[in-house]
Amino acid sequence: MDAVLFWILAAVMVIASLLVIGQRNPMYSVLLLIVSFGALSGLYVLLGAPFVAAIQIIVYAGAIMVLFLFVVMLLNVPTEDPPTGYHARLLGGAGPRRFGAVLALVLAVELFWAFWRYLQPAPMPAGSSRASATVLEIGTKLFKDYAFAFEATSVLILVAMVGSIVLARRETK
Amino acid sequence: MDRVLLAQFIVIGFTFFMLLNSAAILVYMERKVAAFVQQRYGPYLVGPKGLLQPLADIIKLMFKEELRPKAADSLLFYLAPVLSATAAFAAFAVVPFGADTTLFGLLDRPIHLAAADVNVGLLVIFAITSMGVYGIVLAGWSSNSKYSLLGGLRSSAQMISYELSYGLSFAAVIMLAGSLSLHTIVDHQAGYWLGFIPKWYLFVQPLGFFIFLTAGVAETNRAPFDFPEAEQELVAGYHTEYSSMSFALFFLAEYVNMVTVSAVATDLFLGGWHGPFLPTIARWLGWQADSLGWIWFLAKVGFLLFFYIWMRWTLPRYRYDQLMEFGWKWLLPASVLNLLVTAGVVIYMGW
Repeated sequence: MDAVLFWILAAVMVIASLLVIGQRNPMYSVLLLIVSFGALSGLYVLLGAPFVAAIQIIVYAGAIMVLFLFVVMLLNVPTEDPPTGYHARLLGGAGPRRFGAVLALVLAVELFWAFWRYLQPAPMPAGSSRASATVLEIGTKLFKDYAFAFEATSVLILVAMVGSIVLARRETK
Repeated sequence: MDRVLLAQFIVIGFTFFMLLNSAAILVYMERKVAAFVQQRYGPYLVGPKGLLQPLADIIKLMFKEELRPKAADSLLFYLAPVLSATAAFAAFAVVPFGADTTLFGLLDRPIHLAAADVNVGLLVIFAITSMGVYGIVLAGWSSNSKYSLLGGLRSSAQMISYELSYGLSFAAVIMLAGSLSLHTIVDHQAGYWLGFIPKWYLFVQPLGFFIFLTAGVAETNRAPFDFPEAEQELVAGYHTEYSSMSFALFFLAEYVNMVTVSAVATDLFLGGWHGPFLPTIARWLGWQADSLGWIWFLAKVGFLLFFYIWMRWTLPRYRYDQLMEFGWKWLLPASVLNLLVTAGVVIYMGW
């Protein structure tokens, strides 16, 4: 049962993610990304981490994607036109495209090799095989063992936020 | 088939059936309360006291023509109302509405009176309600009409602004109860202080309750926060272009969302199915003490729904900038303060 669900969710996730980059309409890309996040959340549930699954939906599929949708709607781009102009010719010509294809292929081979070489199925730590990660466990880990990293991340996000506001703000005189 | 499993299926079916009916009852209630507020009679011709009016409304909606603007995105246009209604129903799945019961001794072990008992129930509700906004936003975008688009934009902005306060008011209750499961949270509210004050979180968290209700009204797009469909400015907002059953689905979703928010408020702040008198009656009849708890639950949810409707027909709509100012400058700081004070009390009193 779990295996069947895993393969269904994994297939949905991979197909949706591929379709995200294949869409001309940005609206559909955003929606497919939400589908992909939903499938990922299902995978978390299968791994026995319902808390992470719920957070995945709330933060990514809920909050962040609404913002994406908001921007797409505000700009109201119906479909993405093929770019024109000097830079487009520079990057989109036959030569650069072939060069890009070669680079992509090299990256794919490299990744495949790396995963093949180093990613052996690691044994599960004893006693944690199917036990679901409770909120308490995650909380103590996050706020005791990794407290510094957690706080540093939040400060980093705050800095990024302030920076983007400063950059985007226009002085009215 | 296993008896307990069968009973659980019946509970799930019953929940769905009651939710569907609650929308019909709410339509009637809304029209009657509105009439009372405006000193009219309201519906009184269809059935006794106009009780069959919702049925007549549904039949009318079903026989209307299904219209679609020519330039609309047809897939998303039809997907949007379905998404809205699905999210509304799915959110209720983890809300318990009564104590564990053996159905008066029919079963050998008690079952939960909820479609599903999830140990992160509160987060699931939060996650699914945050999905509900997509229905409205997509409806606004795919209709290809300026009023719809503005309604959808407003809706997403409003949801993002009020979801924060909404979540933080949850968090304070979670700290008090030490659990994310709604069932456990309700069980923490059993009993009395000084023998007569019920141990409801309403009395510990009055500010939290206020924030929850306000943000809940904003999340469900009801007056005085019904900006996505503000009729004076936007005709009908996100559902301007919808007719017939697609429109009915939005309507349904709105009422079911109201029921969900009221039910969650009851579970979080009003003690769920705990209350005075009924345990005494149940014991007198020889049943389990909390076997009649669902009556309390229904009464509390009913009162909150009445409050919702009462508010809609009493308060005028806010101005849009006031909505944003209230959400970000008042409600959010208040909820953060509430959270901090609660955390301090929890640590020092050792609750």
